Amino acid sequence: MVSNAPAMTPSQATASKDTAARLWARSLRVNSEYLAIPLLALLAASLLFSVFLLLVGKSPVDFVSYVWQGGFGSAFSFQNSLQRSAPLILTALAVAMPARIGLTMIGGEGALVMGGFACAALAIPLVGIWPPWLVLIVMAIAAMAVGALWVGFAGYLRFAHGVNETISSLLLTYVGIAFMNFFVEGMLRDAANPNKPSTKQIGEAYMVGKIPGTEVHWGFIAGIVLSVLLYILMERTTFGFAARVTGGNMRAALMQGLPVSRLIIICCMIAGGCAGLAGYYEVAAIQGRANASLAAGYGFTGILVSFLARHNPLVIVPVAILFGGLVAAGGLIQRRMGMPDATVLVLQGLIFVVLLASETLYGRFAFFKDKMPEART
Amino acid sequence: MNDALATVLIAMLGGAIRVSTPFMFVALGECLTEKSGRINLGLEGTLVLGAMSAYAASFHTGSPWLGVLAAGLAGSVLGAMHGLICKLPKVNDVAVGIAMMLFGTGLAFFFGKPYIQPQAPRLPSLPLGQYLDSPGLKSALDINPLFFVGIILAIVLNWTFKNTRWGLVIRTVGDSAAAARAMGISVDWVRFLTTATGGFLAGVGGAFLSLSYPGSWNQGLSSGQGLMAVALVIFARWNPIRCVLAALLFGGAGAIGPSLQAIGITQGYYFFNSAPYILTLAIMVATSSAKRSLTDMPGELGVSR
Repeated sequence: MVSNAPAMTPSQATASKDTAARLWARSLRVNSEYLAIPLLALLAASLLFSVFLLLVGKSPVDFVSYVWQGGFGSAFSFQNSLQRSAPLILTALAVAMPARIGLTMIGGEGALVMGGFACAALAIPLVGIWPPWLVLIVMAIAAMAVGALWVGFAGYLRFAHGVNETISSLLLTYVGIAFMNFFVEGMLRDAANPNKPSTKQIGEAYMVGKIPGTEVHWGFIAGIVLSVLLYILMERTTFGFAARVTGGNMRAALMQGLPVSRLIIICCMIAGGCAGLAGYYEVAAIQGRANASLAAGYGFTGILVSFLARHNPLVIVPVAILFGGLVAAGGLIQRRMGMPDATVLVLQGLIFVVLLASETLYGRFAFFKDKMPEART
Repeated sequence: MNDALATVLIAMLGGAIRVSTPFMFVALGECLTEKSGRINLGLEGTLVLGAMSAYAASFHTGSPWLGVLAAGLAGSVLGAMHGLICKLPKVNDVAVGIAMMLFGTGLAFFFGKPYIQPQAPRLPSLPLGQYLDSPGLKSALDINPLFFVGIILAIVLNWTFKNTRWGLVIRTVGDSAAAARAMGISVDWVRFLTTATGGFLAGVGGAFLSLSYPGSWNQGLSSGQGLMAVALVIFARWNPIRCVLAALLFGGAGAIGPSLQAIGITQGYYFFNSAPYILTLAIMVATSSAKRSLTDMPGELGVSR
């Protein structure tokens, strides 16, 4: 190696520049493992799914072309995908935040439903009395607060009572859906709508508009802003550092005197707030009321999005757009290929399974290994 | 008033027996898997896929018992997948369980679409109450044979864990993988087998759902029973007999809503629907502790770290 040679004094500057460039290249090479392996998993899952399609007598080529058409091919379909990616970004953040602190929370669906329901229920008596902007603010706060309570409760149970957070957060999802059904079928049911039990409409005037010049509602922008903010919070602040230490080794964090219980509850409440906000946008920007279609599975797809993005808030955005496109294309696939709407679920499940299996590949490839001696101090 | 109370109680007894059966099978399957030190959270998906396979097989062959077998086989395929993937180093079994839950549900909804309308032959039940006068008791004692199969299975499993070489092997693997390896036992292989067998049992639980009670196939058939059964195993302290008792308790809780409906109280129906989930949560809070690990918990289990 040239830089280690003794006679390098004349070109000290170039040598250090050389080292910096090589350090950068090395970190790029080492980190590209985190891109290459998930991509490999996606590829493998697509191949397996193609085999599945062939087995049920459908053409994988058709499938890809319909996903392209329905999700990305035209301005209209792409905007539809962006719109559907909004709840995916927010519910994926609801998985990513607890994951960074070492918890596997999968209660995003419940927080979404409860947030959406709470803001609809709160808005109905206020419609026509308060001005729309005020009602929308109150709704957003209510949705985030209820979502935060929902996931925060699971975090509290984990820390204070040692209750397994994966099971409890999923149980809370079922409780939330049953809770909403209880009110939507009973007390808050809109008598004017006999077919589908729903709350009353909040009315066009009280709904969130679209981003000017597009068909995409503001939830998409909210998702991106929150992703960036949470990335900064986790990577660039002492709070985020403490949270990541806790996620790495909870016992060590306790020994260090970090406020572990507070960190866990705050992370879970931020997570729940994100999912609650997703519910807010589903109600205030799309449905205009709360009913069973709030539980459309965005919370579950969000789990996959977060895992695929390795719980990195910035990576969540493009992954969510990808899956937003897939979800958006579901209807087209159903109509044109005569396949059930669960086709997208099968593909998602397959990707998830293969992705988790691919965890085993980390550290197996010499190419990604850190070979420079100065790294081993 | 007393009559109404008696009606509710009898309906709850019958309901508890009916509702508890799928809980029982899933809990026994999960108990077996967890005894070997691995947790399979995907049994909710297994339950749904089992229910669909049973209904489809019963519809096509005309024999509900072949349906039960099909459900078990479908469940063991999912269990085997979980077992194989978790054999790979550095793979997290809890996360794989979540993925298998989504995958199993997706497969069931995909293949189950054509079976939502048609009627498949259902499992016959044993009319144990046929000589009684009370129609309520009569219908409460119309018990599906799978209920008794589950109880016998629990006794056999309990005996196997305590008294046989196989039981010792499973317990050793679950308590200390290092000790098991030192004894020359293949830890991965044992866990693979227990996960696949556990999947078989969970699949049979699904067959009960679609072929006996409620007795039809639709996408809302199971809403969390598989997950609750997993929580129930913790409550039952990894003991098959206690799994059965806990399943009966959960069945009773699940039967509150329909029983009250039987005497005309309907307004709280959706509220009582959430009773089993809230009961599960309450039980988990009561039995877990942040400070000590649970008694009788297999040492290798990551469920409450």
